[in-house]
Amino acid sequence: MNASTVTDPVTDPVSDLVLRVRDLRVGYPGPAGPVAALDGLSFDLAPGQVLGLVGESGSGKSAAALALLGLHRGTGATVEGAVTLHRPGVPDVDLVAASDTELRTLRGTELAMVFQDPLTSLDPYRRVGAQIAAAYRLHTGASRAQAQRRTAEALDRVGIDPALRARDYPHQFSGGMRQRVLIAMALALRPRVLVADEPTTALDVTVQAQILRLLAELREETGMALVLISHDVGVVAGLADEVIVLSRGRPVEQGPAGSLLSRPTHAYTRRLLDAVPRLDAPLPERPQPPANDDALIQVEGLRVDFGTVQALRGVDLTVRRGETLGVVGESGSGKSTLGRTLVRLQDPTAGRVRFEGADLASWHGRLLRERRRDLQMVFQDPGSSLNPRRRIGDSIAEPLRVQGVRDADQLRAESVALLERVGLDAAHADRHPHELSGGQRQRAAIARALILRPKLIVCDEPVSALDVTTQAQVVALLRELREEFELTLVFIAHDLAVVRSVSDRVAVMRGGEVVETLPARELTEPQHPYTKALLEAVPRLDAVA
Amino acid sequence: MIRFLLRRLAGAAAVLLVLAAVTYLLFYLLPGDPAVLACGKGCTAPQLDAVRHALGTDRSVPEQFWSFLSTLVLGHRFSTGPTTVWCSAPCLGYSYQSNEPVTQMLLDRLPVDVSLTLGAAALWLLLGIGAGLFSVLRPGTLRDRITNAVVLALGSTPVFVLALLLLMVACVWLKVLPFPSYVPLTEDPAQWAQNLLLPWLAIALVSAAGYTRLTRAGVLEALSLDHIRTLRAYGFPERRIVTRHAIRVALPTLATVAALDIGALLSGAVFTETMFGLPGLGKLAVEAAGTIDLPVVCGITLLAGALVVLANTAADLLHAALDPRVRI
Repeated sequence: MNASTVTDPVTDPVSDLVLRVRDLRVGYPGPAGPVAALDGLSFDLAPGQVLGLVGESGSGKSAAALALLGLHRGTGATVEGAVTLHRPGVPDVDLVAASDTELRTLRGTELAMVFQDPLTSLDPYRRVGAQIAAAYRLHTGASRAQAQRRTAEALDRVGIDPALRARDYPHQFSGGMRQRVLIAMALALRPRVLVADEPTTALDVTVQAQILRLLAELREETGMALVLISHDVGVVAGLADEVIVLSRGRPVEQGPAGSLLSRPTHAYTRRLLDAVPRLDAPLPERPQPPANDDALIQVEGLRVDFGTVQALRGVDLTVRRGETLGVVGESGSGKSTLGRTLVRLQDPTAGRVRFEGADLASWHGRLLRERRRDLQMVFQDPGSSLNPRRRIGDSIAEPLRVQGVRDADQLRAESVALLERVGLDAAHADRHPHELSGGQRQRAAIARALILRPKLIVCDEPVSALDVTTQAQVVALLRELREEFELTLVFIAHDLAVVRSVSDRVAVMRGGEVVETLPARELTEPQHPYTKALLEAVPRLDAVA
Repeated sequence: MIRFLLRRLAGAAAVLLVLAAVTYLLFYLLPGDPAVLACGKGCTAPQLDAVRHALGTDRSVPEQFWSFLSTLVLGHRFSTGPTTVWCSAPCLGYSYQSNEPVTQMLLDRLPVDVSLTLGAAALWLLLGIGAGLFSVLRPGTLRDRITNAVVLALGSTPVFVLALLLLMVACVWLKVLPFPSYVPLTEDPAQWAQNLLLPWLAIALVSAAGYTRLTRAGVLEALSLDHIRTLRAYGFPERRIVTRHAIRVALPTLATVAALDIGALLSGAVFTETMFGLPGLGKLAVEAAGTIDLPVVCGITLLAGALVVLANTAADLLHAALDPRVRI
């Protein structure tokens, strides 16, 4: 009997399971000994069952996904415990102890994986059909023609016309379509377990709903078991039979999805659920509702073309002084272009943006530089919008320096004061961006936007790269700051619930146009069919309850 | 694509014009009079004037430059005494020293450098990328480190030292090869290859180092990419991932560097040509510069410039061909 064959007389026979995971541990090498990324994960997975793994970033979900397929090998990470794969008529295999060769034959055929970022998970140099066929031929030794047929079937099943698209390259597909290609790749081999690590996080809500529906259908048809990993409880709630909540590598709560999500017993699970922005949550009262007729920004017939692409095709919009205007829409709807045009990072092709009555396009040279202090922006990814080679304090003080302040003590004092105001402390000023967490980095980016005491801050997806709990904290911070600094905010996001929770009014964008502008409290009863469609695509926590 | 090539052509013309002007200017700033050199010893004043007139150096510099350009584009009828010769475009004039037409001189020597460069390039790509893949299949091991050390040592050896070593070993000690002398490919392909083998090796061993490093670094970087992780998750063997998929990521960069290297080498490898006695452009350039032979110097400079522009264009086209996301 070889070492990878497991028979454990103590536990139950695994005959009715596909996967049994016991005490799975993953450690990464750190300067002071190994750091535990995953600490004792155990579960049983039956054919056709969906297991949800939920937790914030750093909770060990991705480490668990990689460990299930043995993808930690060769990385220096240590994996302990047992991942037992059961196939009828074949001795069970422990994937943790299996040889590299044995494991390779099981990857794809028994366990397949779908990754978080469909944009980068396909080979950019090969046609999508060829990629699927290559994986299929690797394991089956099928002929080219057979593989091609199988590829066509799989693509067809995920809703991609093989005759039209199989010979296209990944960059010719949208994010959602690329995720379909990756699912087709798995489907071609008919694995019995599909591990999906944040499969919809990078996608729009409507596309997310399509992908989740596809996964549910495939489970019905093929009987494959699914391990669905997400930080979004809503995504897991709609699909999972059983849920495991992970916190700092440890499973804190485990049970049937319905009861666990409706009656969580662990405090961490409750916190996680409370932090999820809900469309039916009561809206917080604004202490001073913004004046109705005082326009800070007026957008008139705004058009922006990029070559032949029309990013904005005639937008009329008013942003009132002191209000928070939410902007929602799917990717490609023009919401980011609108945001960039409002702070003059982008010049209009036609139409104009007036700030306190003055046309932004009329500012040049010194005047533009002086007026820029009124218009600031916070970007989606603080990891890339803060210079990685500069200390946080220097990055925050930079706008002041550009405006002519040269006194080092003053620069330091102002940046530290703001750091403390956004919930960090003076010590963070001397750190570099990579030493901070995502939430801390976004706080620093907000401090940088505040240092010139602007009148307007455009936040472009400020929380979409963050966990739900961090997201809630950053949103709360923005709410406080807008009162304290008398800010007008334009809050751009694809997450309707988040936008609703901070905004006074919401503009809904589609295809470069504003289809509807409505008060935030009326967002749940929209007029426009597109807004309705967006709302229906939002996954709900109570779907299984 | 057509627009890209037309733009490149216009750019090339501009580059070459500036290059010709700068070469002309530099030439007239240098001390020495080509007429004195051409006339030889015991030259009388009237003879010198006659030579100057024949060479055209008695005219003003802009005039000479203009006549050089029109000759290049339109051709020119040269008359020295009773005889007239028609030099058809692209005419680069006649050598002050040998009175041969420069265009013909360049065309005679270009095949030497083309043979030398293309053979050497094939060899250095094979050795460089091969060594890179060999080392990166087992990163961090002894094999990886030894491969890199050897390649680095060869890469930092001057080409003439390596050439001497190769000559000593192959021609003097082992006597497996004759001392190289150039035989045109059209005359005897076997002899051509045999005679060029040592020069090819000398250039390839020195040049391979950069390609080994690029390959190794490119593949290592590619191995952490998401789409490589997808391949691993589907059970592709590591060797196949490295040699077929990860190398693909490094290939556009390798192709760009190779095209530029080849372009630079085509216009003359002075050291290698001298060490192995090959009658190439490099040797001609050194001789012409020494004797202030303006038409020859200008001709070689323009040819070198044209080859570099050509190599750049080839690099861009290759990049586009190798990366489906790039459209030109």
